[in-house]
Amino acid sequence: MNAADTIMIFLILTNLSLLASSRFNACIKIVALQGVIVGLLPLIAANGPLTIYSYLLALLIVTVKGILFPYLLKHTLRSVNVRREIEPFIGYGASIIIGVLALIVSFWLTTHIPFHDKILSTTAPAVAFFTIFCGLFIIVSRVQALTQVMGYIVFENGIYIFGSALLIEQSFLVELGIILDVFVVVFIMGITMFHISRAFDHIDTDRLREK
Amino acid sequence: MKLLIAGFFILLMSSFVPLFSGRRSRVAAVSVAVGTFCCLLLSAGVCIESLFTGNTFDIAYRMSLPFATFALGVDPLSAFFLLPLLLLSTLCAVYGVSYMEKKNSEASSVTIWFFFGILVLGMSLVVVARNGMFFLIAWEIMTLSSFFLVTHDNHKKSVRKAGWIYLVASHIGAAFIFAIFAILGRHSDTLDFAAFQTIMTGAAISTALFIFALLGFGSKAGFIPLHIWLPEAHPAAPSHVSSLMSGIMIKVGVYGFLRTLTFLGDPPLWWGVTLIVIGASSGILGVLFALAQHDIKRLLAYSSVENVGIIALGIGMGLVGISCGEPVVAVLGFAGGLLHVVNHCIFKGLLFLGAGAVIHETGTGEIDHLGGLMKKMPRTGICFMTGSAAICGLPPFNGFVSEFLIFLSALFGVTTGIIPLSSCSIAVIISLALIGGLATACFSKAFGIIFLGEPRSGCAERARDPDAAMTVPMIILAVLCLIIGLSGASAAMLTVTTVSEISGLSMTACAAGLKTAAYPLTAIAMLSSLLIILGGFLFAARRAMPGARVETKGPTWDCGYAKPEPRMQYTSSSFAQPLTQLFSFFLRTKTKLPDTSAAFPAANSFSTETPDFWQEYIFRPAVIFFNRLSAIVAKTETGRIHIYILYIILTLLILLTWNFFR
Repeated sequence: MNAADTIMIFLILTNLSLLASSRFNACIKIVALQGVIVGLLPLIAANGPLTIYSYLLALLIVTVKGILFPYLLKHTLRSVNVRREIEPFIGYGASIIIGVLALIVSFWLTTHIPFHDKILSTTAPAVAFFTIFCGLFIIVSRVQALTQVMGYIVFENGIYIFGSALLIEQSFLVELGIILDVFVVVFIMGITMFHISRAFDHIDTDRLREK
Repeated sequence: MKLLIAGFFILLMSSFVPLFSGRRSRVAAVSVAVGTFCCLLLSAGVCIESLFTGNTFDIAYRMSLPFATFALGVDPLSAFFLLPLLLLSTLCAVYGVSYMEKKNSEASSVTIWFFFGILVLGMSLVVVARNGMFFLIAWEIMTLSSFFLVTHDNHKKSVRKAGWIYLVASHIGAAFIFAIFAILGRHSDTLDFAAFQTIMTGAAISTALFIFALLGFGSKAGFIPLHIWLPEAHPAAPSHVSSLMSGIMIKVGVYGFLRTLTFLGDPPLWWGVTLIVIGASSGILGVLFALAQHDIKRLLAYSSVENVGIIALGIGMGLVGISCGEPVVAVLGFAGGLLHVVNHCIFKGLLFLGAGAVIHETGTGEIDHLGGLMKKMPRTGICFMTGSAAICGLPPFNGFVSEFLIFLSALFGVTTGIIPLSSCSIAVIISLALIGGLATACFSKAFGIIFLGEPRSGCAERARDPDAAMTVPMIILAVLCLIIGLSGASAAMLTVTTVSEISGLSMTACAAGLKTAAYPLTAIAMLSSLLIILGGFLFAARRAMPGARVETKGPTWDCGYAKPEPRMQYTSSSFAQPLTQLFSFFLRTKTKLPDTSAAFPAANSFSTETPDFWQEYIFRPAVIFFNRLSAIVAKTETGRIHIYILYIILTLLILLTWNFFR
C-alpha cells in the first residue's frame, strides 16, 4: 500500500464520519480536515518535479479549505443560534448504510470507466465519486442550511480529487478561478444564512416555505 | 447596403428615446415616427434597385454566437416585403402620435413606443436576414415585442388572455421554424441561406420541411385553424399597432413561407393543392366569421384571415402551375398572391386606422353602438369606404387587381385541359367568387352600420374627424389603393423579379406571363377612370346647379311609424342574419332569445355571439387535456430544494450507468 492509497482511505473515513456526525462543530472540523488532505493531494500525486505553482496552489487550497472555510462556517454558526442538525430526513444510522452502499456503487462504477494508466491510485476515481455522492447526499438529506453548505464543499472536494487523481494537467489559473468561486459561494451563503435566521428564526430549509 | 444598416441603426436608436423621454410622450412618438421614416428613406434605394433589376445585395459580418453570422441581404423577395413594411410602419407611427395622446398613462405610452420601434426593427430584420440563427433571433424579437404591444392594457383580464393565446400560438409556430432550420442546417453544415439554396434534400425531407413551414409560418400568417390568436390579439392592441400587426406582421409569416419554398426545389403537385385547400378554407371561413362579428376590430381580424387565404390561393395556383409545367398559370398565380400581400397591407392598414379613428372619437368598437358617422367624420368615412371597396375586390381599387390576377391564373388553368390543374383552378374560381361575395356583404355591413343611418347611442354623437396626424396617413393609404387599382398593369409588372425568384422561371418568361394580364387590366382601369371622371363631372354639375346647397333632413324610417327611433334601424346581427343562418353549420352562433311567452312580456334583451369554432371545439379541449396531463407531472414539483437536488443525483446516476450498459 502506497501513500496515495493511505490518503484515499483517510478520505473515505472522513466522508463516513461526516455522515454520522450531527454536531456542527464536529462537522466543520471534519470538512476542514478533508480540505487539507485534498489540498495536499497534488503534491503527492505529481509525477515529475514539483513546480512553484504546485506549491502555491496547495498552499492556497489548504489555507482556504483548512482555515478560511472553517472560520467562516464557525462565524456563521455563532450568528444563527443552532448547534446541531435536529431532524434530518434520513437518520445517521441509515446515512452510514447509504454511505457504504454509495461506496460500493462508486467502486462498481469506476471498474466500468476506462482510465489511462497514468493514474494516481486505482482507488482514487472511486473515492472521488464517493466524495461527490456524499456531498450531494448531505445536501439532499439534511435540513439545516449550514450542513448543506458543507455538503457543497464536500461535493467540490470530490471534483477536485477526480481532477488530481486523473493527473490532469491543471492550469493554475483555472484552479484559482474554481477556488475563488467556491470561496464566494461559501461567503455569500454565510451572509444569506445570517439574514435567513434573522428573518425566520431558523435556517431550516424545509420550513422556508412557511410564512 | 451600408445605408440600410444605417437606417436600422437609426430605428434602433429612436426606439430607445421613449425610455428616456419621461413625461413628454409626444417626443417619444415623434422620435419613433422619424426613426421609421429615416429607415424607410435609407432602405428605399437598395430595395427599389433590387426590385427593378432583380439584383441581390449581400453583406455579412461575423458574430460570436455559434452558427450565426450577421448576414443581411436584399433580393427582390425581401425588397417586395420590406418597402410596404416600412411604409405602413411610418404611416402607423405618424397616426399613433396623435392617437396615443388621449391615452391615459405615460408608462403605457413609453412601453408602446419602445416596443413599436423594436417590432418594426424585428420585422425588417426577419425580412433581410440571410442566416438561420439570425433569422430566428429577429423572429423572436418580432414576436416578443408584439406580445408586449398586445398586452399593454394588462389590467384588463381579456387583454391578458389575448396575450397568452398570442404568446402560446407564436411559440408553437416558432418551434416548427426552429425545426426547419435545424433540418436545413444538418444538411448543409451551416445556417447561411446561401448554402441552403444549393443543397438537394430528398423527397421525404422536403415534405417534412414543407409541412413544418406550413405550420410554423402559417401560424404567424393566420391560416385556419392556426389563426386563433388573430381575433384575440388584434382587438387588444392599440389601433395603430393592430394596423401594423394585421397589415404587415402576418405577411412576414407569408414571407417566411415563400423564403422556405425557395430552398426546397421543385414542388410536387400536392403542395400546391394543399395550399389551395388551406387558402379556400381560410378565405371562406374567415370571411364568414368576420360577417358574424359585432366588434369592428374582431371583424377586421377575421377578414385578415380571409385575405391570407386569398394570398394562399394565389401561391397555391403558382405552385400547381409550376408542377404542371404551365408557366403562365404559375406566374399569374404568384403575382396575384404577392400583389395581394401589398394590397392587403395597404387596405387593411387603412381599415384598422379608420376603425382606430372611430374608436378614438366614440370610445367604442361595438358596431351596434355606432351609426351615422359619415356626417360627423366625413374624411374617415370616405377613407373607410375606400378601404372597404378595395378589400371586397371592387374596381377601380387595388384589391381588384390582385384578385383579378388570381382569377386570370385560374381561368388559364381551366383552359389548359390538364386534369389536376383544371380541377384546382375551378376550385379556386368558385372559392374566390364566394369569398368576394361574402366580403362585400361583410363590409357593406361594417360600413353601413357604422357610418350610415342614425347614431344608435350617445357615443356616436360627439364624434368628429380627428386631427391631421391621424387623417393624413389614412388619406395616403386610400390614395394608394386607388393608384394601384388604376395602374394595375404596371403594378403587376413590378412583381416580375420577385415572381422569377420564387418560381425559378426566367425573368423574360415571367414578364411574358404578366403581359397576358396587362390588356384586360388596362382596359378596366381606363373604363374605371372614365367612370370616375364622369361621376366627378356629374357631382360638380350637381353642386353647380341652383338649389344644391339646400339640405333637407327627414327621418330614415318613416313607414307609418308614429315615432321612428334610431333603435329601429338594422343592427349588425340583423344585417348579417340571412347569411349567418345559411352558414350556421360552421358558425354555430349562440343566440340568446328573449322569452316572450308571457301575456305581458317585461323588458327583455336579445344577443348573439359567435365564438371561434376552432378555439371552442379543438383548442379548448386540447388545452384541458394538457392541463390534466401537466397536473400529473406537477405532483413531482414539490418546491423543496432537497427533492430537486435528489432529481439531479438520480439523473447523474442514470446517465452514468446507462452509458456503461450501451
